[in-house]
Amino acid sequence: MSGATLLKESGPKEVFCGLTSIVWLHRRMPDAFFLVVGSRTCAHLIQSAAGVMIFAEPRFGTAILEERDLAGLADAHDELNRVVKNLLARRPEIKTLFLVGSCPSEVIKIDLSRVAENLNIELKGQVTVLNYSGSGIETTFTQGEDGALKALIPLMPKSDQKKLLLVGTLANAVEDRLISIFKRLGIDNVESFPPRQSTELPSIGPETKVLLTQPYLTDTARELKNKGAEIIEAPFPLGVTGSTLWIQAAANSFGIDKSIVDSILNPLISRAKQALAPHVEKLSGKKLFLLPESQLEIPLARFLSNECGMEIVEIGTPYLNRDLMKAEIDLLPPECRIVEGQHVEKQLDRVRDSSPDLVVCGMGLANPLEAEGISTKWSIEMVFSPIHGIDQASDLAELFSRPLRRHDILKPKTLTSN
Amino acid sequence: MELTLWTYEGPPHIGAMRIATSMKKLHYVLHAPQGDTYADLLFTMIERRGSRPPVTYTTFQARDLGGDTAELVKGHIKEAVDRFKPETLLVGESCTAELIQDQPGSLAKGMGFDIPIVSLELPAYSKKENWGGSETFYQIVRTLLKDQSNESKHTWQEEKRRPRVNLLGPTLLGFRCRDDVLEIQKLLGQYGIDVNVVAPLGASPADIMRIPNADVNVCLYPEIAESTCIWLERNLNIPFTTTVPLGVGATQDFLKELHEVLEMEIPQSVNESNNSKLTWYSNSVDSNYLTGKRVFIFGDGTHALAAARIATEELGFKVVGLGTYSREMARKVRPAAKALGLEALITNDYLEVEDAIKETSPELVLGTQMERHSAKRLGIPCAVISTPMHVQDVPARYSPQMGWEGANVIFDDWVHPLMMGLEEHLIGMFKHDFEFVDGHQSHLGHLGGKGTENINQGVKTTISNDSTNTSNNPIWTHEGERELSKIPFFVRGKVRRNTENYARQAGCREINEETLYDAKAHYKA
Ligand code: SF4
Ligand code: SF4
Repeated sequence: MSGATLLKESGPKEVFCGLTSIVWLHRRMPDAFFLVVGSRTCAHLIQSAAGVMIFAEPRFGTAILEERDLAGLADAHDELNRVVKNLLARRPEIKTLFLVGSCPSEVIKIDLSRVAENLNIELKGQVTVLNYSGSGIETTFTQGEDGALKALIPLMPKSDQKKLLLVGTLANAVEDRLISIFKRLGIDNVESFPPRQSTELPSIGPETKVLLTQPYLTDTARELKNKGAEIIEAPFPLGVTGSTLWIQAAANSFGIDKSIVDSILNPLISRAKQALAPHVEKLSGKKLFLLPESQLEIPLARFLSNECGMEIVEIGTPYLNRDLMKAEIDLLPPECRIVEGQHVEKQLDRVRDSSPDLVVCGMGLANPLEAEGISTKWSIEMVFSPIHGIDQASDLAELFSRPLRRHDILKPKTLTSN
Repeated sequence: MELTLWTYEGPPHIGAMRIATSMKKLHYVLHAPQGDTYADLLFTMIERRGSRPPVTYTTFQARDLGGDTAELVKGHIKEAVDRFKPETLLVGESCTAELIQDQPGSLAKGMGFDIPIVSLELPAYSKKENWGGSETFYQIVRTLLKDQSNESKHTWQEEKRRPRVNLLGPTLLGFRCRDDVLEIQKLLGQYGIDVNVVAPLGASPADIMRIPNADVNVCLYPEIAESTCIWLERNLNIPFTTTVPLGVGATQDFLKELHEVLEMEIPQSVNESNNSKLTWYSNSVDSNYLTGKRVFIFGDGTHALAAARIATEELGFKVVGLGTYSREMARKVRPAAKALGLEALITNDYLEVEDAIKETSPELVLGTQMERHSAKRLGIPCAVISTPMHVQDVPARYSPQMGWEGANVIFDDWVHPLMMGLEEHLIGMFKHDFEFVDGHQSHLGHLGGKGTENINQGVKTTISNDSTNTSNNPIWTHEGERELSKIPFFVRGKVRRNTENYARQAGCREINEETLYDAKAHYKA
């Protein structure tokens, strides 16, 4: 590993729990439904995180535990059965139902896997019922996706075909683009996980080579490995370099000639660099502080420092998987400070002390920092925006240059913070 | 277990956060897992507040559960007191912490701080946000004032000063509270009445201590302040007003009530002039089109009740549905609905509300953001009158709901989603004009342009989806569709629905040109 300093911090945190990932997962797999088994808090959280943005009836909901459910566990199981059946009667189009565990359901020990098992027997394949935990006592933010994918793995059929499997939710357009690039390289058999329909799971076997698209899929990667798949070691496809190395790593493991790879990627790279140039001009030399939220912080910092010339004050990450992140950390400038975990107050003190030009943070912290005159960028935008791949590098950079441009445009005198 | 897709209210500790964040020099230690910190964004994003709520979350994790979570709680409490130096400390727990029973309140009390500590017990599995807010406010007031006695209290007359009142109940994430307070302060000033303390919004613990200096409490938002007002009346002899000054009539009644309680002469001007334009605008000939417009009302108790009164008495609407998600307010909403010949809809299920809207097919919905979405799906205009809050409900401009100016704002907000009177006439006269072909739109932003197609599509999908017995649905003939297409697009959805309803009732399998006119005659009759 490079010389980056790795520190741990503990204290009060300010991050979403794993339930939040439902907000993008339910859009990825429109035939699935996510039923949180939890409290009014859990219901309120996903509602607030999703905003009132969704006009259609959402494909997620909460079975809210009430006083009497706490009294007897047997009843809670029966009640959940009843709720699920009501839901399925109302929404016959559901093909996969995720029962999502929460803090309360875990603390009172509702056995969701048993409920799922019983329901699967009863429903006879009409609907597949799965379970995972999105609780805040076990998971943060993006780890919810890790849990959901892990729950799907046992259902993946076996295959001996040689194939490339892209793992992690991407925007559809970005995914299509990446697949078409792999095809041009001669990798024809490319599938993705999660699939766009929950029932069309890719098959897996010893000839499956896995390329992770997102850095937060620790458990999923481990389970895929247990199924015999090979995890290709690479940095993540953010920015020109990251994406290039990521594609090259796949090409390598498929034994594709370097000259072919270069001839296909080089034009993309030079075009992307051109598009990146105005943003680099804006970002270069600016100080960046990343607060922990999505686990995308390390690849983002790597892109913003190496390709955009930003000066990295601190990289916070809620959890650091040293294996998956090794290729990334190797690329970081040696003087980088990575802080795993959080003490939100002390971290904010450090933010103020270092007076950065831009802070990447969770939604609750953004406006208070803006009010202190510090430009911010919401972490959650990174999991919603199409930012992966060589062609997207300038769009990714723009997410960071825009707040700085805005800061310049608005006359400071006309703004007063409250 | 209750299945929800959307909820109107958060858990009770969100209510407590609303109180804590509304106040100054107070800190709230909330025993809760890390995910519960999402609540901060309600304040910093929806309210666009420039500072974080004064809340320290313990953010315990599964691995802490085996160990000593009580020590963890104490550590956070100590750190919070050291760092924030509050004048009063609130300590409570969220739903998950309630299950592990650490009793953070008693832990805090045993730590020897020399500030008042308010221990909150908010049952997360049976109560909700407004209840939590009300209970928290009550506990703060009680804790801070419990030792005050009221024996030597003098009236304003005896002390030869202007009368003083407290305005109780406004909070952050309450519907237009900030502006309401300004408006009521201004109004009272005109009548020679001073405002002593506003709470919880903007009040510090020291301000709470000054509550007994007032002659009367004004219970502005009963959801939050009623239990506190009752306690203050019982224990400190401070009477309170119960009329909420929403609408012209209610504002007049409020002033009357307040003057009575203060034993003060009402200046003649109160009855003669009202300073709201609502009355004249409502009387103007343009407003004739509002006569008997069918409205559906749903929201928190206070705003729904007020809306029903304004709608019937001040705008001449016909209320076809009235309800609230607040069970605590059901007691008041039920008789109000009954007086209108309706049965109150008391529910927490927005789908039930949507069904009720569909059922009554109103011409205007006055609801929450959720009803706005439902109304949009159904192609019905809607104005938002109540929490839950959305960033749209925190406008930059001054827009109170209470008092005279509030009535003006309400007139505009409710009437704008509708077509204005003159417009409606012109459209009747010119509906065959080429200007009114589909897609062309003058200045009716809310219904016009691209959106219109969506609305119509929305209506179609709703119709094809909603009915379980599809076979029962009448079929439109070519002629029927053609006639329907001549109807201006902004009312077409409604006509389509009415005609289909009519056809079903009349047992028609097909809808042709004649069915359309039959239906029209039926609904006009
Ligand atoms: S889409 Fe518009 S109306 Fe809906 S939540 Fe977002 S800002 Fe509000
Ligand atoms: S942290 Fe736990 S209790 Fe809170 S919203 Fe997340 S899962 Fe629910």
